[in-house]
Amino acid sequence: MTQPKDFRTQGRAWLENNCPADMRSPLQTEADLCWGGRRFRFQSADQETWLRNMAEKGWTAPGWPREYGGGGLDQEHLKILQEEMHRIGARAPLYSFGISMIGPALLKYGSEKLKQQHLPPIVRGEIRWAQGYSEPNAGSDLASLQARLEDRGDHYVLNGSKIWTSYGDLGDWMFCLVRSDSEAPKHGGISLVLFDMATPGVSTRPIRLISGKSPFTETFFDNARVEKDQVVGELNNGWTVAKYLLTHEREMIGGSGLRPSGEEPLGRIAARVLGLESGQLANPMLRGDIARLEIDSEALGLTMQRARDEVKAGASLGATSSVFKYIGTELNMRRQELLMAIHGLASLDWSGPDSAAGRLPRAWLRSRGNSIEGGTSEIQLNIIAKHILGLP
Amino acid sequence: MLQQSARDFLNRQAPVKHLRSLRDAGGSKGFSREVWAEMSALGWPAMAIPEEYDGLGFGFTGMGIVLQETGRTLTPCPLLSSAMMAAAAIVHAGDDAQKSTLLPGIASGEALVTLAFDEHTHHRPGQVAATAKRTAGGFCISGHKRFVLDGAMSDQLIVSARTDDRVPDGRGISLFIVPATASGITITPCQVLDTHVLADITLDDVRLPAAALLGAENEGLAILEYALDAGRIGQSAELLGVALEAFERSIAYLKERKQFGVPIGSFQALQHRAAVLFGELELCKSLVLNALHRLDSDANEIAATASMTKAKVVETASKATAEAIQWHGGIGMTDDFDIGFFYKRARILETMLGDRYFHLDRFARQHGY
Ligand SMILES: Cc1cc2nc3c(=O)[nH]c(=O)nc-3n(C[C@H](O)[C@H](O)[C@H](O)COP(=O)(O)OP(=O)(O)OC[C@H]3O[C@@H](n4cnc5c(N)ncnc54)[C@H](O)[C@@H]3O)c2cc1C
Repeated sequence: MTQPKDFRTQGRAWLENNCPADMRSPLQTEADLCWGGRRFRFQSADQETWLRNMAEKGWTAPGWPREYGGGGLDQEHLKILQEEMHRIGARAPLYSFGISMIGPALLKYGSEKLKQQHLPPIVRGEIRWAQGYSEPNAGSDLASLQARLEDRGDHYVLNGSKIWTSYGDLGDWMFCLVRSDSEAPKHGGISLVLFDMATPGVSTRPIRLISGKSPFTETFFDNARVEKDQVVGELNNGWTVAKYLLTHEREMIGGSGLRPSGEEPLGRIAARVLGLESGQLANPMLRGDIARLEIDSEALGLTMQRARDEVKAGASLGATSSVFKYIGTELNMRRQELLMAIHGLASLDWSGPDSAAGRLPRAWLRSRGNSIEGGTSEIQLNIIAKHILGLP
Repeated sequence: MLQQSARDFLNRQAPVKHLRSLRDAGGSKGFSREVWAEMSALGWPAMAIPEEYDGLGFGFTGMGIVLQETGRTLTPCPLLSSAMMAAAAIVHAGDDAQKSTLLPGIASGEALVTLAFDEHTHHRPGQVAATAKRTAGGFCISGHKRFVLDGAMSDQLIVSARTDDRVPDGRGISLFIVPATASGITITPCQVLDTHVLADITLDDVRLPAAALLGAENEGLAILEYALDAGRIGQSAELLGVALEAFERSIAYLKERKQFGVPIGSFQALQHRAAVLFGELELCKSLVLNALHRLDSDANEIAATASMTKAKVVETASKATAEAIQWHGGIGMTDDFDIGFFYKRARILETMLGDRYFHLDRFARQHGY
């Protein structure tokens, strides 16, 4: 592998040449996020170019092995790449449940066929994945799920439903947790299966969030066909795979507590919006809360980095991911609350022309879901108490 | 008794479903005129208005009890803007002619009056750039007022404007009663988080008679602050209702929702937080009652009381409504389910008339530190 110093020089030059100027500015709206997939419509030619350039280098999934289209970088080189992207304020080229969730699970548990089939299109942003875990009666108690997988000889069929499927209506493929043996003990008869959401018998119904948007769905399965080779890991051993996948999801969500690349620090936003008196914000309480948030966020970034340094690129952080999930989401929620306070009365504007269609209050409302999605805060704290602290 | 009858009426005529249907209907009405007429028939807007001006003379305590109930059902109505704040300003500072022209209409609910004071994106009632210049017959006002509560529905505005720009810090500001239809006024409604409509109001050389002046010239800020403090206390009562209702609904859910084969309310992680919140809400009840009594008895000393009350109640209501979502899990995040409306209302009430930071700071200043 290239020497770290040379890698930095070469990477910097490459980014200079390949990251379009528009992709070096903070995200303005949700539409600025590039999710890829069959149904994705690029906001701009630059957005598409940026994805394509990065995907060609394998840098949409820089830690994945080269044979599956990834960047093949180790932890040290990954960090350099991140620093260099941060330096120019480059946006993430791709947001993807494929990269943050199912990919890592495939890398660890998937058959060679599944890896070859699914990983390269994820790297290229061609296939968008949805997560079929939760059911109405299986939320925190995920293992009580009921969606039923039946063997029909040369294939399976799936019946039942899922709920809170993020972007269920935009997903191309689903990774879905199903009950494949109803006789076995609760955690024993579960499998993780993959299928195309265009399969006959799969349908979705949108659910509207308190933010007024509908980013998730109910998802129904009516005798939907699942191919036999689309089981991740062994049949009935899905709970292990599912938990492993969750540690990656939680680490990803924990990242929401960090300031997004290219975004102004909160204190600077406050200074700009509220103005300063003798060099400081006039309200000492607000000033204190902002400083506290900025410090916590910095500390989280350092700690996530420290934890990452201690494991191999792409490996799971295990139960530590619950620490980051909990702290990161608390921070993002605090941040959104502070942004509301900083913008004052203007923060209430739901749809006026000055409010970018209520971007601020909608993001604030959306953030309440952070401590619920990916396992609630309470569940994270239970995991930390039990699996890290060893409490009885 | 008042509380029970208010609760019965609201549950029947204007439960949360009513807010939802107003919201879904869109447009910028803000509240239902029909429901308001029924509230008026019950005498609610007359509560704090003296009997000699066709009011009930019950004072603000009764109004607070009703506002707590409208908080529980999230019923949008102009009680706070007109019957509490504008009425407080007029009762406190109006001359007899102003009182007898305006108060009976407010009391009957037929006339709506609102205060127009904020000019910035933050609540800073002492910073006034609008000007009122003396003319031969009275005054001429120009300026820009923002985020005026019920401003698009009101008949009269009580506008703060600078009458003397040589004196800084509050003095030199006067209040004027301005018909919303006066020429030179432009009103633009702005829809906020739930159905509330705040108005952006520009005044361009609006000509007024001398009799439009409310209270003494240059002494308007003290009157305004008094009316705002009444409003902040009214908001606290409403917020308390919002918080109590969200809390009680959540407690019921903790008993009903099962995961891991047991009601989620059996988990101590949730039990303790519910128990802590219960205590906080008890503190808030005392603060709100105390503030309403003070407002009725000791009108000149309410600034610190109002800030103390609002700061604490806002923090508790914000916590209670956020926890309500959290304890409901995924369903709490959905628009189909009502609990999110409580969280939104708590934020609106917090942001209008000074948020937690504003009131913590003001409380400290009031106490000289
Ligand atoms: C925005 C958003 C996006 C989502 N996206 C997806 C997705 O893409 N795919 C998917 O499958 N799911 C998704 N989810 C679902 C999410 O994973 C579940 O909502 C979550 O796991 C909680 O389950 P629940 O909603 O049934 O709440 P419940 O499990 O009913 O929880 C209710 C309350 O009880 C508490 N509780 C439960 N058990 C315990 C315990 N043992 N100790 C202490 N407290 C406890 C919870 O913490 C919570 O406060 C999403 C959710 C949200 C809000």
